[in-house]
Amino acid sequence: MSTATVGDLVSQPYKHGFVTDIETEKIAKGLSEDVVRLISSKKSEPEFLLAFRLRAYRQWLQMQSPDWAALGYPPIDYQNIIYYAAPKQQEKKASLDEVDPKLLETFEKLGIPLSEQKRLSNVAVDAVFDSVSIATTYREKLAEHGVVFCSISEAVKEYPDLVEKYLGTVVPSNDNYFAALNSAVFSDGSFVFIPKGVACPMELSTYFRINSADTGQFERTLIIAEEGASVSYLEGCTAPMFDTNQLHAAVVELVVLDDASIKYSTVQNWYAGDEHGVGGIYNFVTKRGQCRGDRSRISWTQVETGSAITWKYPSCVLQGADSVGEFYSVALTNNYQQADTGTKMIHVGPRTRSTIVSKGISAGHSSNSYRGLVQIGPKAVGAKNYSQCDSMLIGDQAGANTYPYIRSQQPDAAVEHEASTCRISADQLFYLQSRGIGFEEAVSMMVSGFCRDVFNQLPMEFAAEADKLLALKLEGSVG
Amino acid sequence: MIRPDAPVLLEVSDLHARVEEQPILKGVNLTIRAGEIHAVMGRNGSGKSTLSKVLAGHPAYTVTAGSVSYMGSDLLELAPEQRSRLGLFLGFQYPVEIPGVSNLEFLRVSTNARRAQRGEEELDTFAFEDLVRERLKVVQMDPAFLDRSVNEGFSGGEKKRNEILQMALLEPLVAILDETDSGLDIDALRIVADGVNQLAGPENATLLITHYQRLLDLITPDFVHVMAAGRILRTGGKELALELERTGYEWVDQELASLGREPAEVL
Repeated sequence: MSTATVGDLVSQPYKHGFVTDIETEKIAKGLSEDVVRLISSKKSEPEFLLAFRLRAYRQWLQMQSPDWAALGYPPIDYQNIIYYAAPKQQEKKASLDEVDPKLLETFEKLGIPLSEQKRLSNVAVDAVFDSVSIATTYREKLAEHGVVFCSISEAVKEYPDLVEKYLGTVVPSNDNYFAALNSAVFSDGSFVFIPKGVACPMELSTYFRINSADTGQFERTLIIAEEGASVSYLEGCTAPMFDTNQLHAAVVELVVLDDASIKYSTVQNWYAGDEHGVGGIYNFVTKRGQCRGDRSRISWTQVETGSAITWKYPSCVLQGADSVGEFYSVALTNNYQQADTGTKMIHVGPRTRSTIVSKGISAGHSSNSYRGLVQIGPKAVGAKNYSQCDSMLIGDQAGANTYPYIRSQQPDAAVEHEASTCRISADQLFYLQSRGIGFEEAVSMMVSGFCRDVFNQLPMEFAAEADKLLALKLEGSVG
Repeated sequence: MIRPDAPVLLEVSDLHARVEEQPILKGVNLTIRAGEIHAVMGRNGSGKSTLSKVLAGHPAYTVTAGSVSYMGSDLLELAPEQRSRLGLFLGFQYPVEIPGVSNLEFLRVSTNARRAQRGEEELDTFAFEDLVRERLKVVQMDPAFLDRSVNEGFSGGEKKRNEILQMALLEPLVAILDETDSGLDIDALRIVADGVNQLAGPENATLLITHYQRLLDLITPDFVHVMAAGRILRTGGKELALELERTGYEWVDQELASLGREPAEVL
């Protein structure tokens, strides 16, 4: 079977491309100090937050869009983007029954039922539609354990001290161009607070949905795990098919204190553009966690399948002694998708350990780069890192690159890096076929085998989903 | 076991095939009935392995003329996976490694595909483990092989035993074994040959492709075919293999010369 056929296989129509017809309140296109003030006033924010936004905006004006990534795209016209869009329902409803049924229907169609009867058992969901959170399930049940799970807008109102204490402390507003932009205009996102000693009794999940055309999505997520606390959190994302590009610039901050842990998983399936590379989401995301406490742990798992452009490096700053950072990633690109993704493991404290497992799959004309930094500071005595970066090529038009950066100021540290590249060969496919396994199933078996180390890290409820998602992306019409 | 009235399982007629622009098979004729064991011998490049790959449906080979009938249907119309489900088996000369795919899961999916075709129920992981443990005995394999990736890091002998294990699970009607003896030490050869003998029965047939008499000392063929220049040049009983062992392939060159072909064309 020729590799062209494998190429056909991965060209699977996008299943989440519908648009919900709902009345939306939007502000005019364009970005200025007035727009930043308008967003803040629409959300009736306290003064500290407006000041945070304005400082970020002024910093952003002084900054340049980064050009070091292996990505090619025309300059983004920031004046041609709508920075705030919300379905017309002024107040967030106390009860789900009052939420616009169209919205509930939208999420149900995406496989995220929110209503009492149908909601996922053992997974609490915060559903974000364009710029606002429309519903959060299981809030009361979580509150019994002292766990706060709500939209960040609500957190600003209800827990302003916590937000003020932690917001921007992991990713400063001037960290990078897109983080500065997000800090100025972020609309909504999730807030999680797990108090001392509490193991969150259920999975937490946020589902992000872009609906309006020409709208940017700038969500902000903040998760805090106090001493001895633990939580597993998952985010999912989809968007309709538009032939224009949409900007998504998110910031996620994690704070982990002594003996606490956060497991953060992402299944990203934003619209990737069509087979000619028209349309799709520009996904510029800054995710970073700080292991502030001793023996703390942060684990990032990401399955990146969507977006026209992915620029994303979920990172760990390992400050506490014996803290642990992990990064498990599968990035699948097809057609003209471009991904430049990886991680940064910053070892500050003694005996800190990190693991990086990255699996890139490139098909079609896509380009898929792993970019990672392992930095060992002078105090990180006995630090250890293990990195493994594997690429799989499907067809002969796709590209894969690995850019590992290692900086060590600690002679006692152990840093290990392994990399491999493979191609699904015609002989492997024929072998499986000659054992009665159909072509599609053969490809999907090999791809999911390739990704196994990463899928094993996903929360059980979602591991099967991720496998299915890749299979969907690989499904096609092979006779 | 030769029974003239046994049903014909595979009928190859005047088969021509090429790889890229290079013609390899130039008119192969072969009839295989239930219960028979056939051996195809010949030099490197005579077309033996090509014949096996064409029968299994390898996409790199193009059939340019002739026909193959399998159990009464047109084999060449079927996709490779379809051929397997219908009971045609190719034991590979060089089984490929498939990292990340568990051998156990691979064997289960493969076995279930064949079972579905036969109208049998799908085996779940537990039922399948019972079956596979029983069949492991055919090739004296350690169950630890099941937990590894398909053929990954297997020695040459382990790969060949894994092939025979697949054959034991798929219960093929026609098993083509392409140089299954190559690269095996004498103990492994005996185990593999034992496995093949255990699986051979009156309902099925085996086509052995080999260079060496030593395999045929352990598996007695009913027919021996000598291939040269893309055709079967001579067919005989098991004594033909013994004759080849004594005389080598020189007579093949003479025979080809008398047919007006250059020995070089053998390659």
